[in-house]
Order: sequence, then C-alpha cells, then structure tokens
Amino acid sequence: MDSALLIHRLHFAFTVTFHYLFPQLTMGLALLIVVLRTLALRTGNEIYNQSTRFWARIFGINFIMGVVTGIPMEFQFGTNWSHFSRLTGGVIGQPLVMEGVFSFFLESAFLGLFLFGEKRLGPRGHWWAAFLVFLGSWLSGYFIIVTDAWMQHPVAFARGTDGSFQVTSFWGLLLNPWAQLQYAHNMSGAVITGAFVMAAVGAYYLLEGKFAGYGRVFVRVGVIAGVIFSTLQVFPTGDLHGKYMARHQPVTTAAMEGLFKTESGAPIVILGQPDEEHQRIDNPLVVNKVLSFLIYGTTTGEVRGLNEFPRDQWPTNIPLLYYSYHIMVGLGTIFVAIMAVSTFLLWRGKLYRSRWMLWIIMLCLPFPYIANTAGWMTAEIGRQPWLVYGLMRTSEGYSKYVHAGNGLFTLLGFMGLYTLLAILFLVLVKREIAHGPASGPEGMVPEDKPAPLAQEN
Amino acid sequence: MHFVWFWLVAVMITAYVVLDGFDLGAGVLHLFITRTDPERRVVLRTIGPVWDGNEVWLLAGGGTLYFAFPLLYASGFSGFYLPLMIVLWLLVLRGIGIELRTHLDSTVWRGFFDGCFAFSSLLLTVFYGAALGNVMRGVPLNKEGYFFLPLWTNWRPGPEPGILDWYTVIAGVVALVALTIHGAHYVALKTVGELNQRARRVATLLWPALVVVTLLSLWATLEIRPELLVNYRRFGVLFIVPVAVALSLIAMFLFRRRGNDKGAFLGSSAYLIFMLVGAAAAVYPNLLMSTSDPSLNITVSKAAGGDYSLSYGLIWWSFGMLLALGYFVFVYRMFRGKVTG
Repeated sequence: MDSALLIHRLHFAFTVTFHYLFPQLTMGLALLIVVLRTLALRTGNEIYNQSTRFWARIFGINFIMGVVTGIPMEFQFGTNWSHFSRLTGGVIGQPLVMEGVFSFFLESAFLGLFLFGEKRLGPRGHWWAAFLVFLGSWLSGYFIIVTDAWMQHPVAFARGTDGSFQVTSFWGLLLNPWAQLQYAHNMSGAVITGAFVMAAVGAYYLLEGKFAGYGRVFVRVGVIAGVIFSTLQVFPTGDLHGKYMARHQPVTTAAMEGLFKTESGAPIVILGQPDEEHQRIDNPLVVNKVLSFLIYGTTTGEVRGLNEFPRDQWPTNIPLLYYSYHIMVGLGTIFVAIMAVSTFLLWRGKLYRSRWMLWIIMLCLPFPYIANTAGWMTAEIGRQPWLVYGLMRTSEGYSKYVHAGNGLFTLLGFMGLYTLLAILFLVLVKREIAHGPASGPEGMVPEDKPAPLAQEN
Repeated sequence: MHFVWFWLVAVMITAYVVLDGFDLGAGVLHLFITRTDPERRVVLRTIGPVWDGNEVWLLAGGGTLYFAFPLLYASGFSGFYLPLMIVLWLLVLRGIGIELRTHLDSTVWRGFFDGCFAFSSLLLTVFYGAALGNVMRGVPLNKEGYFFLPLWTNWRPGPEPGILDWYTVIAGVVALVALTIHGAHYVALKTVGELNQRARRVATLLWPALVVVTLLSLWATLEIRPELLVNYRRFGVLFIVPVAVALSLIAMFLFRRRGNDKGAFLGSSAYLIFMLVGAAAAVYPNLLMSTSDPSLNITVSKAAGGDYSLSYGLIWWSFGMLLALGYFVFVYRMFRGKVTG
C-alpha cells in the first residue's frame, strides 16, 4: 500500500476512533439524564436531583472531550481526503452543515444552561434544557450517520461530467434506508454504553459501601436501560441491519462471517481464525445452517462466499474485519445475558445484595466501548476497498499533495495530544466518582439513606 | 445562486470572527489584566457559557464551505494542511484550558490551564489573520486546483510563498491587535472595578497601534495585489466599506474616551465586520487566487456545488439559522449583565 494512503487512513482511523469514545457516552447518558430528571420532577425526591447533578458533572467533562476531538473530524475531510471532498461535497457536505446548523447550535446553547443554569431555570426549565441537549446530541448522531450511510450505500445522486456527485433528492439522501437501520443500531449501542457506565458506577458504590442510596438508583436505572437496549441491539436493529447488508454488500458479509465458499444452508462461525491463504477457518466452531437462516429466514438459503467475487473487490483486511465483527457480536450477546440476569435479580429484589453480580457489572465497564468500536470497525473496514461503495476507491480519495511525511507529523501530534486528553479525562472522572454524588455545590444530602423508591425493591 | 452562497459563507465567517473573536481576545488578555485567581475566574466566567456556541460558527462555516464550494474546501484545506492542523491542536488546547481549569483546586493545575488558554488564544488570532492574508495574497495553484504550502520559505510573497511571509505576518498582527481590543471591550463590558479599568486601559493603549497596522495592511495589500481594487473601481459605491472601517475606528476611540463600554464593543464589532466585508468584496468572484496565473484562480462558479442542492439548501439553511439566532438571543439574554467575583 502506498505509504501516504496508509498514513491518511491511519490518521482518520485514529482520530475518529478516539473521538467516538466520547460521543457514545454523551448520547447514551443524555437519554439517561433526561430519565433521571423526569424521575426527579415526578417524585420530587432529592436523590434524583442529586443524581442528575452528579451525572451532569461527568457528562460535562465527557462532552468537552467530544467537542475538542470532534472539531478536527470535520476538517479532516478536506485536509486529508481532499479529492474525496471535492467530488462528494455536493452530497455529504449537506448532512455535515445540517449537523452544525441544527444540532451543534442547539447543543452548545443549552449545554451551558443545563450545566450552570439550574437555579435560573427552575426545575421545569432545567428539564427542558436537559431534553434539548439530548435532542441536539441525537440529531447530531443522525446527520453523521447519514454521511456515513451514503458512503456505504450511495443513494439520491447524479454524477457530473467531472465525476463529482450531486444530490438529486434531499429527502432521498436524508431518509437513506441504510442510514435509518444504522442509526437505530448505533444509538442503541450508545445507550448501552451509557447504561453500563451508570450501572458500573452504581455497582462500585454498592460494593465499596458508600453512597449506597445513589448506587441503588444508578444500578437500577442502568440495568433497566441496559436490558432494553442490549435486546434492541440484537433484535431488531442488528438483525435488520445485517440482512440489509447481506443484500447490498454481500462480499462484506462473506468476509465478516469468514465464508470463503458459497454454500446453501451456510453455517455460522462462532470461533476460529480466518486463514486467507488456504481460504478456510482454522479451529472452527460452527453451527450449521444458522447463517442462511439469519439472512434469508430459511435454513437452505444460498449465501454467496468470497469465491464469487473478484479479488479486487474483497475488503482489504479480512482478518481484522472478521475479528471486529465477531467481537461486536460476541460482546453484544454477552451483554444481553448479563443484563437479563441482573434484571431478574432486580425483580426478585436481590440484585443489591448479590455481590458477585455487582462485581460483574462493575468489571463490564470497558466492554461496551470495545463493542461500539468494533462495530464501527466492522462497518468501515467492511466498506473497503471503497470510499463510496462501488463507485470510488479509497486509494483515489486522499490528498495527493499532502505527503506521507507531513501526514505522519500531524498523526504523531494528534497521538501525543490525545494521550494528554485521555489522562486528563481519567483523572477528572475518577475524581468525580471518588467525590461522589452527595456533596455537589448545591449542598449536602444525608448519605446512604435509601430513597423510598429504591427501598421498594 | 453562487453569489448568494458566497455571501452566506462570508456572513458565517464574519459571525465567527466577531463572536469567537471576543473570547479569543479575552484569552490573549487573560494573563495580562488579571492579578489573582478570582479575577481569572471572572474573565473565564464572562465567556464560559458562550464560547462553545461561538466556536460552532467555525464548524458551521467550514461545513457550509464544504457544501457550497467543494473544490475550495478540498483545495484550501489540503493546501493549508500544516497551519490548519496546528489551528486544530490549538483549538483543542484552548477548549480544555477554558473548561478543565476549575475542576481542581490547585495552583499548578490552574496555572497550567491558564497558560493553555492564553497561549492558544494568542497564537490562534495570529494564525487566523495570517490565513486571511494567504487568501488575499493567493497561493501557487496547479492545474488541478491543488497546492501545498510549507509554513515558510523565504518570507517573501513571491511565486513560491510560504504560509508566513512579511505580508501574512502583518495580517496576523492586525488580527492579534484587533481581536485583543475586541476582547478588551468585551471584558470591560462584562466586568466591574479593577478588571474593568485594566481592560479599558489595554483598549486605549492598543487603539493607535490598530490604526497604524490597519493602514499598513491596506498599503501592503495594494502593493502586492493591486488588482484587488478592480471591483472597487467598477462599483464606486463599495468605497463606503473602507469609510465605514475608518468610522468604526473613530467610534471606538470616542466611545472609549467617554467610558461607554457597550459603544466601544459595538465599534470593534463593526470594525471587524467591515474589514471582512471589504476583503470579501475585493476578492469576489475569486475564492482563492493563483500567485502565477489568473486563469488558475478558483472562482465561485468553478468551485460551486450542484444547483439542486444549493437552491434546496437555501430553504433549510435559512430555517436552521433562524433557529440558531433564536438560541443565541436566548442564551445571551440569560447570561446578560456584569459578572462579579
């Protein structure tokens, strides 16, 4: 691979992967904060107010990291992928401006009010501020997904004589079926991260034996949201997205599943290592006919393998694609199991005393991040070798006049700067968690006094 | 249609400069006009609830450029690769400088973030000025419409210039002085007592410097790019714009002397607006000029996106901007008045 191309790909991959660690929590937590704020309004219980404030502080730190790592993303289309921008600006420029105009202005305006304006706004006004921040962040997610979805599955465009892409239907672009499926799957993934983080912090408090009242609230809200959204993640969003993908990017599906040869009644590979040279899976653990069933709803459906496609259309890194996909699916399945057991224990009123389960919940903290990252890797590595699927190759899109040396210079710069950000983020969040929810600037609440609602369980 | 989008982009960039300009200026001043930690906190609180929203204008403006003039976005952003990346790093440092400072009660921690905030604000104003200087001077565009500029070559605005040469450095200094005054006006408007006095004093001291560098930049621009007067010659009415710049400078001076902080702030806002409008009117219909061959210039019609998306865009863009304007009015009203310790 041309080294400039490789550097530009790594540049985008590194900055976007690091960036997305933050928005997934922003979007997930935004929803859960609205839930907490609503509980506070409806029950009038101070514990929910304090919980909202606690999560708002973490949200604020997380949000600022998302903002400062997000700004470079919008510029990198032009700086590192200029030829791509030149040809596609007429299409994907649109959702990108819409993100700025419709969601960033909204978010930035109400974030300040949400974080600092509680007294000024009163409880109802503050609920609205929280809701509008949530709305802004979820809208922003949609516009970005529309952008990516168009690259995965280009619709509603015509090509000019110079090869440039122009939109032919505004709504066609915005309502791209791929975007709708991907959005549902992605947002549910973001809520999973939010739910697991909230539950893990709650579990930590319960295990540690401090702020136990808050711990119960966090575990309860996290587990309920977690069971709902980890189920939605598999069915219907993941299922539908996978089926749509199998129809429109069959070669990607074959590579993700490690299916080298076409089969009717194709098996699903649970474990095993893809061996490209011999075109097989080593040490396979498979379940017969399941892949055909998942894609076509019948156990005899024919699933096309990699052998049906010319080599130059195969995803460029099949093992990495295969592992990303399997990590995502594997973790997603484990999440459903963990949350189902937790919900059962919660329902029986045993969860807060089941230390083993609390340990599991707490230690699960990093895994939704890994699953979300692996999911995006599946989507983007699966799109290769195309930048715009079937129409423009990745090797045609980068900035030819930005040589590898300059690209590496700025890539290293970002790595250094982002290491600093990561350290600052961890230090500050650790401090908020150690400090706890009970002694915010708004005054003290007696610690460890369970809220009435929490006691019922 | 292209004309309309040219001006919409110009409006967004102007809005960015006027709005983020005052919080950048406040950053430049941050370490100079404060003596104590509470004073520094006051400066940060004057911009705290609004800086993020102000910065969104940069994103929205960059996005609009991408959407309306893809060729310019592609060419300009890759050609100005190094300075843009440095700007992005500075924006990251500045963001954390503002937001993370108050999280720990430690002198070292706060000192570090004060430094980040002041240092990055100062460099950003210079880079923005130099960026505008590069657009006015032109770049060595090739036949495909691309170029790549090193940070500096021989410091001369010849056929093979760098990002920095004597001309763009002047432009950088204009931006530094202008935005520092603008920030001083804003801080004066939002504070009382000592801080207010010191901010006023900075603005008073810097005013003559601003007059000098403004004239210097005007002379230098006409020296290296005499053809920038073509539009002005053709439409004499455009000479209103430089007159308006001069009037804004005078207004700044008079309001400053009478201690009218609001008037002075509006004066520096008007100065920035008319400087940018003047530059945009001079460049049109070019978006980016070639240093070697005028036929290689990137013009609005060469760079524009498709007609369907541009005309449809007017509808949702206007709608979205109305909403955004609404939020801005609401937020600035919520946080109106002086910030006290």
